[in-house]
Amino acid sequence: MRDGHRRRPVLRDELVTLAHGAGGKATRDLVEALFLEELGNEALAPLGDSAVVPPVGGRLAVTTDSYVVRPLTFPGGDIGELAVNGTVNDLAVAGARPLWLTAGFVLEEGLPVARLREIVRSAASAARRAGVPVAAGDTKVVERGKADGLYVTTAGVGVLEHDLDLVPAAVRPGDRVLLSGTLADHGMAVMIARGDLHLEGDVRSDTAPVHELAAALLGLGDALRWMRDPTRGGLATALNELAGQAGLAVRLEERALPVEPAVAAACEILGIDPLYVANEGKLVAVVAPEAAADALARLRAHPLGARAAEIGVVEAEPERMVLLDTALGGSRIVDLLVGDPLPRIC
Amino acid sequence: MRYVDEYRDPELAHGLTAEIRSLVAPGETVRVMEVCGGHTHAIYRHGLEELLPPEVELVHGPGCPVCVIPMGRVDDAIALAETGGLTLATFGDMLRVPGGRGSLLEAKARGADVRMVYSPLDALTLAGKEPGRHVAFLAIGFETTAPATAVTLLRARAEAVPNFSVFCNHVLIEPPLRAILETPGLRVDAFIGPGHVSSVIGTDAYRFICEEYRRPVVVSAFEPVDLLQSIAMILRQRAEGRCEVENQYTRVVRQEGNERALAAIAKTMEPREDFEWRGLGALPRSGLRIRDAFAAFDAERLFALPDARIEDPKACRCGDVLTGQLRPWECGVFGTACTPERPLGTCMVSSEGACAAFFSYGRLRRPREEASVGA
Repeated sequence: MRDGHRRRPVLRDELVTLAHGAGGKATRDLVEALFLEELGNEALAPLGDSAVVPPVGGRLAVTTDSYVVRPLTFPGGDIGELAVNGTVNDLAVAGARPLWLTAGFVLEEGLPVARLREIVRSAASAARRAGVPVAAGDTKVVERGKADGLYVTTAGVGVLEHDLDLVPAAVRPGDRVLLSGTLADHGMAVMIARGDLHLEGDVRSDTAPVHELAAALLGLGDALRWMRDPTRGGLATALNELAGQAGLAVRLEERALPVEPAVAAACEILGIDPLYVANEGKLVAVVAPEAAADALARLRAHPLGARAAEIGVVEAEPERMVLLDTALGGSRIVDLLVGDPLPRIC
Repeated sequence: MRYVDEYRDPELAHGLTAEIRSLVAPGETVRVMEVCGGHTHAIYRHGLEELLPPEVELVHGPGCPVCVIPMGRVDDAIALAETGGLTLATFGDMLRVPGGRGSLLEAKARGADVRMVYSPLDALTLAGKEPGRHVAFLAIGFETTAPATAVTLLRARAEAVPNFSVFCNHVLIEPPLRAILETPGLRVDAFIGPGHVSSVIGTDAYRFICEEYRRPVVVSAFEPVDLLQSIAMILRQRAEGRCEVENQYTRVVRQEGNERALAAIAKTMEPREDFEWRGLGALPRSGLRIRDAFAAFDAERLFALPDARIEDPKACRCGDVLTGQLRPWECGVFGTACTPERPLGTCMVSSEGACAAFFSYGRLRRPREEASVGA
């Protein structure tokens, strides 16, 4: 039977069942009537064991990340969008232009199919926004109680169209630290959405693709030293890793750190430091001092970088430490986090 | 952020630090103990020590509720958590506290049902949601958190909840303060009184410190400007030859405290003969137990707990740190065998603990402080 004559697959089930993972007709219906319909593109459509993509010239960046967020949907986004943006961002801050993604879905038996479709649709829309097709995918179903609704793993490939080495070793004392926008929106939005804190507030996840911001900074040439997306562990963790690997110090200015008032208030109530809270649509970059103004202008020219700020400076000492000059004129160490950022009790 | 920014105003802070400088004589040392872990945390978070002249030395006291829990009680909590059909609910800070048999977090990894809650009422709600399990709440804290436990016990009895109990480890603030004040060669000249505890017990509760031990007390709120103002108030008392309890936290704390909260505690709990403190040993009438009338909700009576007394690790000098005899970095294991990642002593566990706060936020300043001590 030729493809053109095949019946259009229909998915009548309301809930994901173990049959959808068994590899038979139900699996085919789920893949064709849901995943392919939502994510469809030329690379995915043949549903082969591998997607075959055109050749690319240049060094490749390859990355993978798993998403286990609870709840699946939160103010400002959902796990589908998050899984696409997260991998796009990992490629982008490596200096790569994202080309292809893959996505593996682990579904929990009993997940409403309509819910799954929403999430896959949201992933598809994020992929279109970033201009990066999902070229290959996989689905598995596990028994009820063995997953929080669904888990997603995405992988991505991107190409580096320049000769820059964006590594900690490229960072020098005197370099400036820039942040593309407000801190801690994603982590606080999810924490509040979980509901067990009995907090309400207009806090939305910042999940977004930062590849255009990264591309704008690549235009600086070798004045751009290093980029990261400060996700899990927040800005403090990303900068501690930089300081540790570069053998340098990073000194932050507390007053320069952009934080939304509602986010700042939620952090204050819970005793959580926004420096340690996850971001999902932000980029932190280190640039040469003479390029700082240009870099800031490039970031601010993009809607996602409107609140970009210069937040600190790289110094030679104390080695491997991140410091913060407090608004009051004191200073403190910004250390790596130990354990979960648990709210303090009194 | 309204109601916060006002208390973090750099200009106000600079005015106060100038006043503090004018109130000390060059070369003298005034040692001020902040009793409360919340104060310790705020001091480090805002880098306040750098704003103070070297003549003012802050000593971090025993007011971190997590830091004073002895290892034996942690082991009891673990034994409770490992009881079949039982869920142990507690505050997040307790999960990493090391006992003789590891921490609750490790017990959880081995399969014990340990859940983090934000209030004892959440634990009671959990009991309602899971009628097939017994939910025990591991209660810790000073008079600050005791009223919430008391209210929960009252509600549990009123609703005749059959599957809920409290493992009571509440402690009182006066006994450790007396223990510190009785320390031979006491190195503390004045006290910053705890804010939250005082909102319950009132400021009169500290009069013994002035009357019996001749040390000034200023009850303080938690923002940096509050703390600087409290230090200035202490130094003013000294300059004017006064020794009294003053209240900087007037927006919350009253002289007589919160009578309803105190009544709820008195109705549900009573002092134990003695209670073991991490680093301080057994202190008479320093801990609270659940009254007979609430025996049905007392985990210690419902379950056979090992009730082990475990000595603090020899190398760990939490006790000397808690009494202000030793500064965190002067302990032999600070930052080596004992770090926030692998704490040996409880002062290293909670971010309010003197050692953890110093390790995480302040260890860079050590050389400067050592230099000033020698001067």
